Parts: sequence; structure tokens; C-alpha cells
Amino acid sequence: MRYEAPASLDAATRLLADAGGAARVLAGGTDLLIQMRADLVEPTVLVDVKNIAEMREIAEEGGRFRLGAAVTGMEIMEHEGFNAAWPGIVDGAKLIGSIQIRGGATRGGNLCNASPAADSVPALIAADAIARIIGPDGRRAAPVEDIATAPGRTSLAAGEIVVSFDLPEREPRSGDAYLRFTPRTEMDIAVVGVGVNLALDEAGMCVAARVALGAVAERALLVDEAAAALIGTRVDDAALAALSAAASAACRPIDDKRGTKEFRIEVAGVLAERAARIALERAEQG
Amino acid sequence: MMARYHVTTTVNGDEVDFLCESDQTLLSVLRDELVMTGTKEGCGTGDCGACSVTVDGRLMCSCLVLGVEVDGKEVETIEGMADGEALHPLQQKFLEHAALQCGICTPGLLVASRALLERNPDPTETEIRYWLAGNLCRCTGYHKIVEAVADAAREMREV
Amino acid sequence: MATMLKYEDKDLKVVGTRPIRPDGVDKVTGRARYGADVNLPGQIYGRVVRSPHAHARVLAIRTDKAEALKGVKAVVTRDDFPEMPVEYAAAGELIVNFRDVTRNMMAREKVLYDGHPVAAVAATSEAIARRAARLIEVDYEVLPHVIDPVEAMADDAPLLHEEQMTEGLDPAPEKPSNLAKVVSFAKGDVEQGFAEADLVIEREFNTKPVHQGYIEPQASIASYTEDGQVELYTATQGHFVIRAQCAKLLQMDISKIRVIPTELGGGFGGKNNVYLEPLAIVMSKKSNRPVKMTMSREDVFRSTGPTSGAHTRIKIGCRKDGRITAAEAELDFQAGAFAGSSVPMAAMCTFTRYDLDNVRVRGNDITVNRPKVAAYRAPGAPISIFGVESILDEMSRELGIDPIEIRLKNAARQGTQTYYGPTFGPIGYEETLNRARQHPHLQEKLGPDQGRGIATGFWFNIGKETTTTLNVNEDGSVTVILGTIDVAGGSRAAMAMMVAEELGIDVDKVRPQIGDTQTLGFNFVTAGSRGTFASGIAVTVAARKAIDVMRERAAQMWDVPVDGVVWEDGHARPASSNVGEFEPLSIVEIARKSGMTGGPIAGHAEITAEGAGPGFGTHIVDVEVDRRTGLVKILRYTVIQDTGKAIHPAYVEGQFQGGAVQGIGWALNEEYIYDADGRLQNPGFLDYRVPVASDVPFIGTDIVEVPNPNHPYGVRGIGEVPIIPPIAAISNAIHDAIGIRLREQPMSPPKVLKAIREASNGAG
Repeated sequence: MRYEAPASLDAATRLLADAGGAARVLAGGTDLLIQMRADLVEPTVLVDVKNIAEMREIAEEGGRFRLGAAVTGMEIMEHEGFNAAWPGIVDGAKLIGSIQIRGGATRGGNLCNASPAADSVPALIAADAIARIIGPDGRRAAPVEDIATAPGRTSLAAGEIVVSFDLPEREPRSGDAYLRFTPRTEMDIAVVGVGVNLALDEAGMCVAARVALGAVAERALLVDEAAAALIGTRVDDAALAALSAAASAACRPIDDKRGTKEFRIEVAGVLAERAARIALERAEQG
Repeated sequence: MMARYHVTTTVNGDEVDFLCESDQTLLSVLRDELVMTGTKEGCGTGDCGACSVTVDGRLMCSCLVLGVEVDGKEVETIEGMADGEALHPLQQKFLEHAALQCGICTPGLLVASRALLERNPDPTETEIRYWLAGNLCRCTGYHKIVEAVADAAREMREV
Repeated sequence: MATMLKYEDKDLKVVGTRPIRPDGVDKVTGRARYGADVNLPGQIYGRVVRSPHAHARVLAIRTDKAEALKGVKAVVTRDDFPEMPVEYAAAGELIVNFRDVTRNMMAREKVLYDGHPVAAVAATSEAIARRAARLIEVDYEVLPHVIDPVEAMADDAPLLHEEQMTEGLDPAPEKPSNLAKVVSFAKGDVEQGFAEADLVIEREFNTKPVHQGYIEPQASIASYTEDGQVELYTATQGHFVIRAQCAKLLQMDISKIRVIPTELGGGFGGKNNVYLEPLAIVMSKKSNRPVKMTMSREDVFRSTGPTSGAHTRIKIGCRKDGRITAAEAELDFQAGAFAGSSVPMAAMCTFTRYDLDNVRVRGNDITVNRPKVAAYRAPGAPISIFGVESILDEMSRELGIDPIEIRLKNAARQGTQTYYGPTFGPIGYEETLNRARQHPHLQEKLGPDQGRGIATGFWFNIGKETTTTLNVNEDGSVTVILGTIDVAGGSRAAMAMMVAEELGIDVDKVRPQIGDTQTLGFNFVTAGSRGTFASGIAVTVAARKAIDVMRERAAQMWDVPVDGVVWEDGHARPASSNVGEFEPLSIVEIARKSGMTGGPIAGHAEITAEGAGPGFGTHIVDVEVDRRTGLVKILRYTVIQDTGKAIHPAYVEGQFQGGAVQGIGWALNEEYIYDADGRLQNPGFLDYRVPVASDVPFIGTDIVEVPNPNHPYGVRGIGEVPIIPPIAAISNAIHDAIGIRLREQPMSPPKVLKAIREASNGAG
């Protein structure tokens, strides 16, 4: 296996194109190294993208954030401006693994590893983040919810890299939150994860909402029915009950070592409600 | 055999260079190439924290970092914690508080605790517990570790 | 020599203080060398090939491709190890059978669990060993498997051992089964007792296998020399037992195997037996190179001993006043792939906290397709007492008696005869309950969905063979060579403290060291909470012998009879003024002159320690249950336990806290999860969820000291008891919080939430 650490996106895409599918992108390595150790992947070229400036920065322009795909969890947690604007995305970053894991793990890696339980993905979907992608045919953009398609599978073409995430301008009175359920307080994989992002008008009426669920299907889901339960309401108990029911109804989970179907369906509803309450509180403050 | 990679780095303040395989972890480099066995392997998958080191000041599991990735970086391990004969206050407090038993998790916990106190010199019990959640200890139930870290923080603030 | 030193109540200068442990600095600086830290010149690397099947016949193993790979120096399979007849030996709390030991370390006719070794390779690099392992081809005939102990006892269950006839049944069975052994204990007339009861409760309980979860994976390095000598470094709780097992399995003289124990990165009962050692030795012999072998975490979970999963049925009858009239238990324990679970000890511990007239306990030892169980801290006791302490809690509510009161009403005390034989001497069970009753923990107010639970535990503690050598060095400092491994708890510190106390010198003048197998006579493994008890007696005997030598030397230097010299505060002194006027001689002065007064000064002990003092503990726990997710949070936890005497109280507290947190993990989240094919689904620390620092609160401790009369300092074992009560205490606390009684471990969120749903559906 060859190791390369290109300093530019062009060089990285060339390396990937030349390797013809036998290359792997190395960002934080917190999933890839485990897969290599277990002989689940055997790349011939490893393309380390951490020297590519565009992938490593959190940039703000006119109230819009661009989050580099190789920014680590700890870097996101330490970025004050980003924390103020997108606390729900930060919630997701804070919950991944341990401090040690967050020191390496990146948003792009979490997304492209395509685990349905990826903690940073629901909040990005709820935030309406757009992934900027580069590949052999140039650049393109796609909503985050369209990237992962099934466990370990993405819609990325061979040689494509997710470069960064574009976040929309933050409306006044908007807030987001991510909650997940795990048996342990830390060092765990989401049994259910829920991201909620909402905006209120001056009268406190919810005018926009996005709700995303993790670990309850083959990929993270954007649930329009759950968002619809909030829009046009004051996010009161009745709306939260409707949200909860819609979230549970959208689940199509499996039984596995981490939880049963029934458990996931029920807890998705509970967490949707709790996450919405936090998002609401943040929106009211912001 | 594949050509090995030549890596130049700083370990505990000393410039060090080594040859490693492209897929060799920093943990393996430290233990097998540099014969610095203070950094322990408990799982190899980032789940136990026994191999904790800092890379450019960032706390990491050295089992999830490749040797080739630390070229030009600064690595700190347990072996660099004491200052000559003087133990680091955390090391001293771990001893005084009986915060270690079998000791296999201790190097990782100390490295992680130092990283905490560098960022937060006055952590609460909850902050200590959450920061150290990536370091498993099966002997102590964490009680005396949390006490030792809090006491070391107190002492370091006074100095 | 069976040795008993009686307890002496005296003023203590060192024992009971909290010095820094002698192994501490090495451990905080990264110097301490554990199994995987040892390297030998010229070493090569071994790797084990493991079965992917839960149960299969091994038809053929082809190693030629692996052997042809450049860099491969040795390959071993079943053909490299001799067949072993049935022969039993003690190894830790559990008994091993060499016929099974050889099959467990390397499968012969069949593989019996996912992860069972079928071959091993050694090569010049780990990468080559890895590749070679993948080139070994094994033909399997996959067989149906069984993992659940109750299913394994069904008539049509897949049979692991075609010749296994149940032991302990009368009449003996006529056909083989997975029921390897039945153990029974009885006292009084149980039927009569139940007939006299006002309240009889019978319940069933289920628990899953859990792993010891030591952070250090097994690691060994062996060097076999041309003259047939072996040097073996290994991480173990008992290097003498490892040596004995290797000698037996490889048919070598014991004297030819030198086992050097490394620092031990946790064991908790799981490092009493051979796994890698014989493979490393044979591959070293084949390659003429030292062979280093380390397990991955996945290997540890798949192939080293977890404890049993079990199904238990417990029935207790009592009168209205809470006095128990009869108690009965049936315990079905998974032994794993080979017979020999902890069910005999579980059976003996089930009701032993109580003074009962009528008891019947039956334990079933059942072979199933998962790794052979190993001891885990108080082996079996947490499982068997779960049901008993749960039913007692139910009874106390039914009868309106306080849960501590109902236990006090039935408490075992001095003079109580156990149903398995012995009669208790002085024990501290009632004292732990009385302390619990007074504890401020009970005054803390509970909020909504919060509850409090109480449970208690008992462990025998053991003594057994122990040796030590104490050398008074020529400058008066002291070196103590110990044969019992310091399994983490700080026994080296405790030994140094007892020696310092005996000799009357500072503890930092005493350097304890674990000796290898060539330096001392046989020592049993450090298990069953014997280390500080048994080695404590041994070092006291050795110190007193050294004192006798020093008295003789002083007598010689003063030219008086030895009876005229006493040892006090680290000095030889005249016994009285009649002996003469002499300045006291310090240990330093005597040691310096030892070359001229008869040679080096030492004391030895080669003993079988007897008279271990039973240990008892009472735990109090507060929990909060999230009714909507089933999550149980531990709010407060208190451990109260009789230690006999806390030699180093900080490490006694550490044992209480560590054991309780292991028990919390066992209660709430730890379990082995198998898929339909019998493959382990969670062989890693991500999905095998041991508690992390943020999962638990501070663990309060209260040390009770009712001295063991059979130890010079009153020591009982302390390591086992703290893990026994948590499962039951937490289950009782959950009931107190939400009115639902969980009888299945782990009490993980999906199970708790399901129970909440079922209860609310049942209520309409």
C-alpha cells in the first residue's frame, strides 16, 4: 500500500483516478484504520487529505458557514462562531466516540463511512447542509441526505471526494439540536439519533423545520412528515406529540446487537420530542 | 517487501526518525520501532484509550493514527511526562490517591488527564468524567482517578 | 506445613496506613513491563487461526501453503500436541481437566465455539504471520449448535461431547448429554420448611455471559533452547500453575520450564489458565527462535473465558415475621465448551448469608457452544444470589418489613452452620447490615422515578500453597520475594507493610518482588481473594524466622543465651536487666556484621495457608429510571464490607469501588450477544459495554473490621465480595423506582422499556 498526502484537491483527485477504485481517502482514520486492521478493506493507495487547506477549514462568509470535510470534531467544538450558529451540529460532533476519537474523526469521514448510525449526519441533514464534491468530472454539489445510500455505500462516483459542507444563512429565531440514545453516556454508537432544526417567526410560530433520524433505517432519513408536524405550530405539546408519532412512523429499523426494532421506533419518537424542545429553546434565545 | 517510509518527527521533545510500513500505526511505531512500551494496546480499535498520546497537542488514540501521518509533528507520550526525576503532579497524585491498580490503563489516563488540565485547569467532577470517558479502567471504578485529577488540578493552579 | 498464625490485637505502626505502592512509580511512568512489553533477541511472531463456526467437525487441516510462505518458521496444529487422558487439577477457583485443556488450546476432533483455535503460525513479522494464517485451510463439517443452557439440556439438543455422561446423578444416566455434572447440597427438611411458611415465593432469573474485561490482552513470549529448557514470560495470575499446565500438556519436567510473570494488566479470574503459552513453546521448539504471541481484543472476547450465563429458579418460604423456613435453588450454568463452570461455588454461596434450617440447592454444569468459562471475581456468586436477594426484597415488601431488618432477622453469624458443611467463626455480616442501617445514604431523599435497593454478598476466601523468601540485606534493608502475583490490588504494598510491621522498620526499607518459578517453591494462583491472606501469613512467618536469626546473632555478639534477646521496634534488646546491660542492636548493625556472625540472614515460608475468613458485604444503590427510554442511571452507591483488617485502606476502598463498578456494568449493559449461527456479535469494547468514567458516580465505602482469628493481622480476602451484590441491588432499586421487577440481566434500556410497556399494558 502506498501512502500519499497531496496538498491540493487536484493532486488528490488525480491520485484517486489513477488508482482506479483501489484507493481510499484517509481523513481522521477512525473508521478506516479499524477496517484495514480487520482486513475489511485492502487499499493499494491511501490518499491522506489532511494537507488540503480547503478541506481543513471552517470558513464564514456573509453569515454562511462552509465546513471543511476534514475538520475534526474537536475543531468544531472549539469554534465559537460555529457553536453559536449551529449548536445542533456541534451536539453531533460532541457525541462521537471519545475525546481521542473526536481529535481525529471528521465530518466527511463520518458521512462517507456511511454508517446509518453516524452521529454527525442527522444534524447536518436537518441543517440543510449541501455537500460540495470534487471528482474526475469536476465539481458538483448534493444535499447531505443524498450521499449515504446504505450501510457502507454512498452515491459518490469512483474517485469523488466530499470537500466541504455549505450551510445556509442562519435565520433569526432559529435553533437546532441533536440527541441520540446510547446505553452508555459516552463511547457508544447511536441506537437512535434525531436532529431537529427549526425557525420561528416573531410571534413564536414555527415557520420552517427539518427533522432527520439516524440508526433507524439503512441510512439517515430526512422526515418531512415530522417537520410538517412542527411547521405552523407553536411547538406545543400537541405538535410535539404529532412530531413524535411521525418520527416513530418513519422508522424502518432492524433488530441488532445494539437495539430491537420496537425499541428504536419508540425511542425515536421520544428523542424527536426532546430534541425539538432543545431546538425550540435555542431558537427562542437566538 | 514494500519500501518503508522514512518519517521524521518529534517525540517528547526529541527529534526522532524511523522507518515504518505505510499501514503501521503510530502505536506500533512507538512500541515496536522506538521501543517505547509505555503506550499500551488494549483494543487496537480506539475503544479503550490505553494507547492515548498527543499529536501536536491533540489527544488521540495512537492505534488510530498511522506512523506516516506524524511526519513533522510533535508526539507526546507517557515517557515524556515526568521532568527528569520530578514526577508530573498528575503522576504524583495518582500515586498518593491510589488511583491505579493493575496500571495498564494508567499511562493513557495520565496523558488524557494532562490534555484536560492544559485546556481546563479547573474541571468539575462531571467534566473530568466525560473527558476521561475514552479511557477504560477495569480495576478502580474511576473513583480515585477522578479524585487524583481534581487534586492535581488544585495543586497545579496554586503553583 | 499447614500454617495457622493466630490473630494478635496489638498497636500497629505501618499496617492500616496508606503508603505509596512499591510498583506505583513504574506504573505512572510507563516503565512497568506487561506481557506484550517483553521482547527477546531474535523473536518471531505467532498468530492463531480460529474457528469461524460454533460447532463443527474438523475433517482436515492443510498447512502446506502457509509453510511455503517465506518468513514462516513454524506451524502447529492438533498433531503437534499429545492426547491427554482425563485428569483433574485445580487452577484458580475452577477445576481443570487436562483432556479438555489440551482441546481448548487447540481443537482436536471438533471445534466447539466461534474462536476456538485450530492452528497457529509463527513468522518473522506480524504481517507475514497474518498472511500465513490466512493460507491455512481447514475443512469443517458444520454441526448444529446450542448456546442457551436450558436448550442444551433438551433431549434433542446438539451434543458437544458424544461420551459425556452426567456426573453426580444417582442412578447414573444411560446416555450422554450436555449436562456434565450435577452438584447438590441439602440441609434439614425443605418440604416441611415450606409447609411451615406463611409466604412462599418462587421465581426464575436469567443472566448472560459477561467477560472479565481486563484491559491487557493475553500475551506471552517463549524461548525453547536446544537442551530442552523453556523460558516463558507471560501475563498471568499464577505462574506456577501455568508452569504445571505447560509441563503436563507438553510432557516436560516442571524444572525445565521457567515462567517469569510479567506485570499483570488485569485478570479478575480470567488469567488462571493457559491459552497461548503451550503454542508459543512448541513453535519456539520448532523454529529455534523465541516466539511472541499476543491476543487481539477480538481474540480475548471470542476465546478466553467469560463467566457463565445462567438460568436459575429460586424458591423461598418465610413466616409472617420474616424468618425464613425453607430455601431451594436450581442453578443451570453454562460451562462453555468444556465441563467445569463455577456452579459448585455458586451453589455454596446461594443462601450462605442466612442462618437456615432447611435448604436444598442443585447446580447443573452444562456444556454449550461458547468459550470455556473462566473464573470471574467471586465466580458464580453474583448470578446465584441475584434471585435470592430479589425474592427477599419482594418478601420484605409483601410483609412490610424493612429490607435490612429481614436480612438481619435471618443473618448468619458466629456458630451458624452452612448447608455445605463448615460452621462460621467470627464473621461481620450483621455488622455490615447494622452499619447500612445507620448509613447517611439511607437519609438521602429520592425524587420521582428514583429508587433505592439493597443486597448482600458472601465469599469464602481461600488460603492454599504459598511460599516466600525474605532476605535481610547486608545494609539492613529487606527484600521479600513473593510467589503470589499482585493481580492489581496492591498485595506487594500490603506484604511490604506487614514485613515492616513485624521487623519494626520503615516500609520503604522493604522491597517486595514477585519471584519467578525457579526462585521459590510452588504457589497457587492469586484467586479467590487469597493473596493478602495467604502471602500475608507467609511473609509474617518468614519475618519471624528472620527475627529469630537476628536474635541469635545478637546473642552471639553479646555472648548471652538467645532466650535473653527480644526483638522490639527493629532492634534486638536484652530481655531483662538480668541478661546484662547492652545497647540495643539495630537491624542495620546486625546485618552489617552478618558475614562474621554466621552468614546472610533470611527467613523463609513454605506453607499451606488455612483458616481463610469468610467475607460479607452490604450494598446500597440509588437509581433513576427514564420511563420513556428505559435508561437506568446510578445516582449513588455505597459499599459496606467486612475486611477483617484493611492493611492498606486505600487499596481496600479501591477493591470495593472497582468490584462494584464491574457489578454495575454486569447489571446494566454487559452481555455476550450471539447471532443465529453462534458467532459472537460484540467482541470489542464498543459493543461490549463496560462502564466508562461518566457512567458512574463516586462509590462510597465503609470498611468493617471484624478480625479473622486465623491471620496474624486479622485479614480476610476482600477482592471478590464487592462484585456480588450489584445486580440484585440494582434490580431492587429499579423496582423501588418504577414498581417493576426485572429478573433478567442485563437490565439494558430495551429490556427495561419492554418491561415498562408490558406492565402498563397489563394494567390496562
